[in-house]
Amino acid sequence: MKNLIILGAGTAGTTMANLLQKRLKNTEWNIKIIDKNTIHYYQPGFLFLPFDLYKPKQVKKPIEQFIPSGVELIQQEIDKIEVEANEVLLTDGTKVPYDVLIIATGTDIAPQEIDGMLGEHWHQDVFDFYTYTGAKNLRDKLREWKGGELVVHIAEMPIKCPVAPLEFAFLADSFFRNKEMRDKVNITYVTPLGGAFTKPKATEALNYLLEEKGIRIVPDFNIESVDGANKKILDYGGKEVNYDLLVTVPTNMGSPVMERSGIGDDLNFVPTNKATLQTLVKDNIFAIGDATNIPASKAGSVAHFESEILTENVMRYIKDEPLKEDFDGHANCFIETGNGKALLIDFNYTHEPVTGTFPFPGVGPLRLLKESHMNHLGKLAFRWIYWNMLIKGKHIPFVSAQMSEAGKDFSNN
Amino acid sequence: MDKLLAGNNVAVTEDGYLEDFNQWSKEIASEIAAEYGITLGEDHWKVILYIQEQYEKGVPLSIRSIGKSGVVSIKEFYQLFPDGPLKRASKIAGIPKPVSCI
Ligand SMILES: Cc1cc2nc3c(=O)[nH]c(=O)nc-3n(C[C@H](O)[C@H](O)[C@H](O)COP(=O)(O)OP(=O)(O)OC[C@H]3O[C@@H](n4cnc5c(N)ncnc54)[C@H](O)[C@@H]3O)c2cc1C
Repeated sequence: MKNLIILGAGTAGTTMANLLQKRLKNTEWNIKIIDKNTIHYYQPGFLFLPFDLYKPKQVKKPIEQFIPSGVELIQQEIDKIEVEANEVLLTDGTKVPYDVLIIATGTDIAPQEIDGMLGEHWHQDVFDFYTYTGAKNLRDKLREWKGGELVVHIAEMPIKCPVAPLEFAFLADSFFRNKEMRDKVNITYVTPLGGAFTKPKATEALNYLLEEKGIRIVPDFNIESVDGANKKILDYGGKEVNYDLLVTVPTNMGSPVMERSGIGDDLNFVPTNKATLQTLVKDNIFAIGDATNIPASKAGSVAHFESEILTENVMRYIKDEPLKEDFDGHANCFIETGNGKALLIDFNYTHEPVTGTFPFPGVGPLRLLKESHMNHLGKLAFRWIYWNMLIKGKHIPFVSAQMSEAGKDFSNN
Repeated sequence: MDKLLAGNNVAVTEDGYLEDFNQWSKEIASEIAAEYGITLGEDHWKVILYIQEQYEKGVPLSIRSIGKSGVVSIKEFYQLFPDGPLKRASKIAGIPKPVSCI
């Protein structure tokens, strides 16, 4: 018997377990998946949790529930990968040998990377919303907050779901309007980027929305430290921004497992071929989702598109066939803009987000790069799709792994 | 488009980055730097050489990786190339605009 091991049972790992269980012969292959947690979080829900729009139970379910029978779930922390020996070492000392390894350990926040970010003020007036605990503590804070300077902040790129902080600012605007206290709150959006987003076309549309909602933007801000006592953040160039409530997205890093195994880059992301998803570490190691260093968005939708191509490539690798160089960086994200509306963007390695309709050319019903209520419903529907289709490895109708160019206006691209 | 830099017609992008690294020279670098009010000294050159080396090796650059390079600290990098150090240093070094990550 041969062994295929998946590290991490989040979005990407769970999807791969479901897809490969159907493809690999159970008389020839053992499939094992390893995760330290018992809970699978629906992370996109962390955006809604702070505003009491989702309840905790809507964003967490047991990991077990999504692992198909025929796949062994090992609930243990991974210590390191022994690349030479083709073995995974767990913190309890167990060694798990593999023939093929798939790394899907995602990315996590690393607030310790920023001077002064952690301290007494952490989860008192400095919050993250990228973890379940952070989002929930922030919800409790927002329930009773009386207003002042709200600063929404990104420490450094890349971060997963790069639009989430912007959505947070938009939803905060709606939230305080609904509470009839918008006049008591100043919202400032502080980013290391030159504008609202990483892609120029979408930035134009988003900068406009920030202005419309009275959200001030401070671009090109590279944080050096947090001064918790005086409630301000400082950047390397000498700029300062004061806050009463700081909602930050700290540095995002891959798993420390990569550092311990000597295979990560300086943020612990795994060097990976951006078209085949085979790592540059060794032929029998593949990587998917937020854990890789490929220049695609770190998003659940990307992990989904990657999973179809990675499944194909794992099958080819096993049969000793050349890998398909098929992944085009396809990402598809809804951007909540508040008041029950959302934008939708669709892009890949080479094409920026454009205007048009999705998924049916000329029909929609979703509008690309335009605010609409339909898009907001799409975002809400994503939760159902996530739990019931995406991580179970079911194909999502009408949406293909590679980006479609039909129905889109590339004229200004 | 073309831009006159240090007496040569040099192909540059819309935001002023060199299209072809082969057209780069130290004189051109000094002239681009002057547009930002920067006079290139020994420390600037160390950084410029380092990022050109990384670029040739195909290693993606970030402010963080430069801070870890041992050539300059992030703080010094900001002092040498104020405001947008990575963008400015890349433009002066004649390499493409850093792809800000996604
Ligand atoms: C606030 C927020 C909003 C988002 N919104 C969207 C959205 O609207 N649309 C979208 O497409 N995406 C969104 N995302 C991004 C999406 O959630 C992630 O991109 C996706 O979950 C990545 O999947 P993954 O499998 O790579 O990593 P994860 O799902 O994070 O899974 C990694 C797993 O590895 C395990 N692990 C890590 N290290 C170890 C170890 N040493 N030992 C054992 N187990 C380990 C972890 O416990 C975890 O279960 C959002 C994310 C956040 C935080």
